[in-house]
Amino acid sequence: MRKLSYAKALNMALGDELADDPSVCVFGEDIVAGMAQLTLGLHKRFGSDRIVDTPLSEQGFAGMAIGAALSGKRPVIEFQIPSLLFLVFDQIANQAHKLSLMTGGQLSVPVTYVVPSSGSREGWAGQHSDHPYSLLAHVGVKTVVPALPSDAYGLLRSAIQDPDPTVVFAPAAVMNSREALNIKELAPVPLGAARIHRPGTDVTVVALGHPVEDALAVADELAGEVSVEVFDPRTVYPFDWDALHTSVARTRRLVVVDDSNRMCGFAGEIIAGAAEALPLVAPPQRVTRPDGAVLPFARQLDQAVQPQRGDLMSAVRKVMA
Amino acid sequence: MPSPTVLDTPARRYRMIRLIRGFELRALGLVESGEIVGGIHPYIGQEAVAVGICAALGPADLITSTHRGHGHVLAKGSDPARMLAELAGRATGLNQGRGGSMHAADVGLGILGANGIVGASAPISVGAAWAAQRNGTGQVVATFFGDGALNQGVLLEAMNLAALWHLPVLFVCENNGYATTMPTRGAVAGTVLGRAQAFGIPAVQVDGMDVDAVLAAAGVAVDRARSGGGPGFLECLTYRFEGHHTVEKQVRVDYRTEAEIDEWRRRDPLDLAATHVSAEERESIDAEVEALLSDAVDFALSSPHPDPGGALDHLYASGLRGRAGWSA
Repeated sequence: MRKLSYAKALNMALGDELADDPSVCVFGEDIVAGMAQLTLGLHKRFGSDRIVDTPLSEQGFAGMAIGAALSGKRPVIEFQIPSLLFLVFDQIANQAHKLSLMTGGQLSVPVTYVVPSSGSREGWAGQHSDHPYSLLAHVGVKTVVPALPSDAYGLLRSAIQDPDPTVVFAPAAVMNSREALNIKELAPVPLGAARIHRPGTDVTVVALGHPVEDALAVADELAGEVSVEVFDPRTVYPFDWDALHTSVARTRRLVVVDDSNRMCGFAGEIIAGAAEALPLVAPPQRVTRPDGAVLPFARQLDQAVQPQRGDLMSAVRKVMA
Repeated sequence: MPSPTVLDTPARRYRMIRLIRGFELRALGLVESGEIVGGIHPYIGQEAVAVGICAALGPADLITSTHRGHGHVLAKGSDPARMLAELAGRATGLNQGRGGSMHAADVGLGILGANGIVGASAPISVGAAWAAQRNGTGQVVATFFGDGALNQGVLLEAMNLAALWHLPVLFVCENNGYATTMPTRGAVAGTVLGRAQAFGIPAVQVDGMDVDAVLAAAGVAVDRARSGGGPGFLECLTYRFEGHHTVEKQVRVDYRTEAEIDEWRRRDPLDLAATHVSAEERESIDAEVEALLSDAVDFALSSPHPDPGGALDHLYASGLRGRAGWSA
């Protein structure tokens, strides 16, 4: 057993894919040095033909990754800041995602976009703290948000092996968290498969990314009064509806915690998808960032717009009332 | 009949220009009759650019195209019948009716696709060239774009990357004088060639109505790129005889004069190419092309429409199927 950090798990997954598949290559800024930890040490192992430092031309190298993918490469792109996804929305949503359908299946675009520090990084303010996974899922791009190091390892490997564009959000809040595990047991985790961290019978709490930790803490705290099932979809899209329906069919109560904006967001979709299929005994609840939130700088303001553990606790109590 | 991808004689280049012209005229007719929905961006007037560039490329070389892309796709060797079927939204089309006029692709012929977003193809070409360089395939990638793309940041980023890494890319600017209705002189500060030269990319201006002039300049750039000399840039001075898009006729926009159009028509690339071919040979080529196009129209219009049940086929290469919009 060893304590593996989330950042190291991502780094190992990328290293293992580079070692196993010679078509895998990485584009990004400061990746030779390994500034964002994802690529630490990989340039030394794999060289400049595969670990490619690019100029600050996000649209340029995001487009370039598509062309390389069409010519047999399997590029991974690192974006140091989640908001850079907005800058390359044409390349991801309008090009990479659409080429397979538009060409009648002649082309496929196996590019993986990794954001190794998504969401709030406390003190980085409005343009470095977004968590736009719902946006990517909305346009149909495969999107994963692993919560634990073992899932970070397994989902990054599956994302790189997948024939379609895939975005991997690694929440800043868990980049340094550790999990005790046997390194030899690390393995690819299939996209679209949920994981139940803690079984329960009274209420299903869907938590994605770093709020999984909060959900487990709330479940612990409420253990005497409420039996909470902590359901981690791991993948935003494709979402594991079968697993959710199985869970909610049992608990018939649903709370979703979602560290992104409320309007047209992930939590709303999950609640709608459950409510369409199953009768719930209490109105479902969601704990999210507010509508249209921009994270303000000061710590108290930043935290005021992120879902908090106490809010989740109140939401669970509300569906139990 | 020569192989469609071989454009190595004046007669074959004349034939391809004639084929593109005839294809576009028939496509215009099909827009008029409602068989092609949504309209097209006609390539008429610019044919010498596509043919001259593709004449300089080999069969394994790659191209990326634009919203005004029919000429590029045909000059690289696509079957006009399947191309027309695509425009008409038929299951037999190049893209099985999933792409239409602005997204025609024929990957087996090195056509990585036309693009509906101005400038967006340029970095895709750079990536394909990067892969070709890494894999040592010897391929060159030609990326077509118009003067409008000169003001897209992504094109400038792509030129920088290609120059930085000495990638085998040929940037082909088809300067037809207008970005939709905006004249080039009202949109481009500095010079067109200056943009490429700023990155150290050899840049040449060429008469885009003269297929042999385009071929000569492209040949130099392609040879240089193939031998590791890095990217090249051609500004092809050309003109579209028709509107930006077929919708233009309905809107009756007024941004260029009849006199200007007539002046350019006097330098019609089809007429210029015809001067290198005997009247007798022209006659036989014209007849062959007309028969081919007539068959292409018959093929397109007699082909089945796609099955609506498969509207989202190919959305994911993995075969993933999302939820339906509604199911009872």
